[in-house]
Amino acid sequence: MGIDLNVKIGKLKLKNPVMVASGTFGYAEEFKDFFDVKNLGAIVTKTITLNPRPGNPMPRTCETAAGMLNSIGLENPGLDVFIKENLPKLKDIGVPIVVSIASEKNPAEFIELASRLDKIDEVCALELNISCPNLKNKLISQDARATYSVVNAVRKMMDKTIITKLSPNVTDITEIAKVAQDAGSDAISLVNTFLGMAIDADTKKSKLANITGGLSGPAIKPIALRMVYEAASAVKIPVIGIGGIITALDAIEFIIAGAQAVQVGTANFINPRSAQDIIDGLTKYLKENKINRLEDLKGSLKI
Amino acid sequence: MRVKIFKNEQVAGHAYKMTLAAPVIAKFAQPGQFVMVKCADGIQPLLRRPLGVHNVKGSEVEILYEIIGEGTKLLSQKKSGQALDIIGPLGTGFKFPKGSDPCGKNILIAGGMGVAPLLFLAKKINKSQVLVLIGAKTKQEILCKKEFKKLGCNVKVVTDDGSAGHKGFVTDLLQDRGHLFKGVPAMLYACGPKPMLKAVSEFSKRRKIPAQISLEEHMACGIGACLGCIVNTKSGQKRVCKEGPVFDAREIIWE
Ligand SMILES: Cc1cc2nc3c(=O)[nH]c(=O)nc-3n(C[C@H](O)[C@H](O)[C@H](O)COP(=O)(O)OP(=O)(O)OC[C@H]3O[C@@H](n4cnc5c(N)ncnc54)[C@H](O)[C@@H]3O)c2cc1C
Ligand SMILES: Cc1cc2nc3c(=O)[nH]c(=O)nc-3n(C[C@H](O)[C@H](O)[C@H](O)COP(=O)(O)O)c2cc1C
Ligand code: FES
Repeated sequence: MGIDLNVKIGKLKLKNPVMVASGTFGYAEEFKDFFDVKNLGAIVTKTITLNPRPGNPMPRTCETAAGMLNSIGLENPGLDVFIKENLPKLKDIGVPIVVSIASEKNPAEFIELASRLDKIDEVCALELNISCPNLKNKLISQDARATYSVVNAVRKMMDKTIITKLSPNVTDITEIAKVAQDAGSDAISLVNTFLGMAIDADTKKSKLANITGGLSGPAIKPIALRMVYEAASAVKIPVIGIGGIITALDAIEFIIAGAQAVQVGTANFINPRSAQDIIDGLTKYLKENKINRLEDLKGSLKI
Repeated sequence: MRVKIFKNEQVAGHAYKMTLAAPVIAKFAQPGQFVMVKCADGIQPLLRRPLGVHNVKGSEVEILYEIIGEGTKLLSQKKSGQALDIIGPLGTGFKFPKGSDPCGKNILIAGGMGVAPLLFLAKKINKSQVLVLIGAKTKQEILCKKEFKKLGCNVKVVTDDGSAGHKGFVTDLLQDRGHLFKGVPAMLYACGPKPMLKAVSEFSKRRKIPAQISLEEHMACGIGACLGCIVNTKSGQKRVCKEGPVFDAREIIWE
């Protein structure tokens, strides 16, 4: 009997739980030489804002111990160009497309973005990025009331699946997770990057022009895993685990901790085939452990 | 892609040359393109390192590199026979007119390790006249002089301390040779530190001689996915790893 890797997130049906994380997969074009991107569970796009954004000054990436910092600052072509140029190509892949969106100044921008994207059939779901650490203002996801208000406003005007992406830079992740659920989010994804920095001792300058940036990669995995575990224990909606997933075993740990699906981020840079290798590894693990349905692995942590 | 290391040897005080059995990369690589090398098997260092394609001989690919930090140090310790995980060829390399004008002048300008991708370029354009200007800190750090000469190139060197050739900058040599460019089609190709590339660009603008320059930025992915390697150009922001590393000098907006 075949292994059943299907998962459901809101109305979204995925053939497997492996998605690629926002901002780490370009617009998929770049990966077509490395594997058949059609095999992915879903693709989350780079975060799109209403207007084009050039992003932050260079340098805006820097390597750290078992991880990296980035302060890209949501460089993107803006909604109009995205719809006209990027989306048609993404649609042709034949994989569910999750469009990540963010506001720049006013949370009301979420509503305009959502209302325009809601009308487009190829957009299967929206991921509300209320957790980008590279913008000047305070994160929406650091404020329970602001989180409720943004998620609820989008919920009221849209039937499509809503995934709310949370920041780990909070004291109590369960509080924000519950608020997102109460506001009507179909799922939550976590974690976005941890705010961090690195300094060059010779020049006494930060290694990023923006001074601070978001930490990702294996360095954050234990903390991300703990937060996914806490969030999954606190809410009923699906949790998508993100943070330092490099191998299939990393992904499996997140699923055991309670994640319904996972997103692969920084690993795409190191090995552009990572997501495919993780899908293969996950299938192999389930076979070897005689688990027929992924669903039976989810939240199977023994306590 | 896993390829086999044929040879990995110190070729100067600070420089190493690695020869790889990499038929696919050898077949498709163009001068100015690079590869992303995984220097460690595990996750430390995590990211790949960008290194230019230095030369292609049959199915073999050479890279020339210096030890800067952890990644290149680990690379220098690799032994022949070991496997190396690399991706490539990547990026957009130099453009050179195929059966180019035999009277045309090609001037290759190398600063320090910037010499690495230029040998492969010289090999591809050696039908026409090639002048190579190599700049380095000291005589010991002058690389590839012999190899360029073997290809029939005219080679001039300059050092910061005057221990070989002219004392000063490679761009001084360029100024002195202004007369070479009178009335013949010419192209400048440059790779090296930013101030040098900027000086070459200014010269190119002043003399109205086209220049192609190879830029360096920190690269997390090398394949155009992270947007970490941006350069400002007259036609908008470009990714050094994808639309570059080689750009038309006139396009670059210098800070
Ligand atoms: C397109 C391109 C082609 C290159 N070709 C060559 C070549 O042929 N030979 C050669 O010796 N060097 C080349 N370099 C520079 C080479 O990539 C760096 O020296 C190397 O990444 C240093 O890694 P490290 O771990 O030893 O140093 P560390 O300083 O420990 O590296 C820390 C981080 O900074 C990055 N980094 C450090 N210096 C540079 C640099 N100059 N450019 C880009 N990233 C850097 C590293 O990749 C790493 O992510 C090239 C760079 C680029 C962008
Ligand atoms: C270079 C880079 C760019 C990113 N851009 C975005 C983005 O635009 N929107 C977003 O929601 N997350 C963005 N992220 C965060 C990732 O989607 C992911 O949440 C984070 O990197 C943690 O996962 P990882 O450790 O697997 O990379 C970015 C991460 C990196 C490294
Ligand atoms: S290094 Fe990632 S886009 Fe260029």
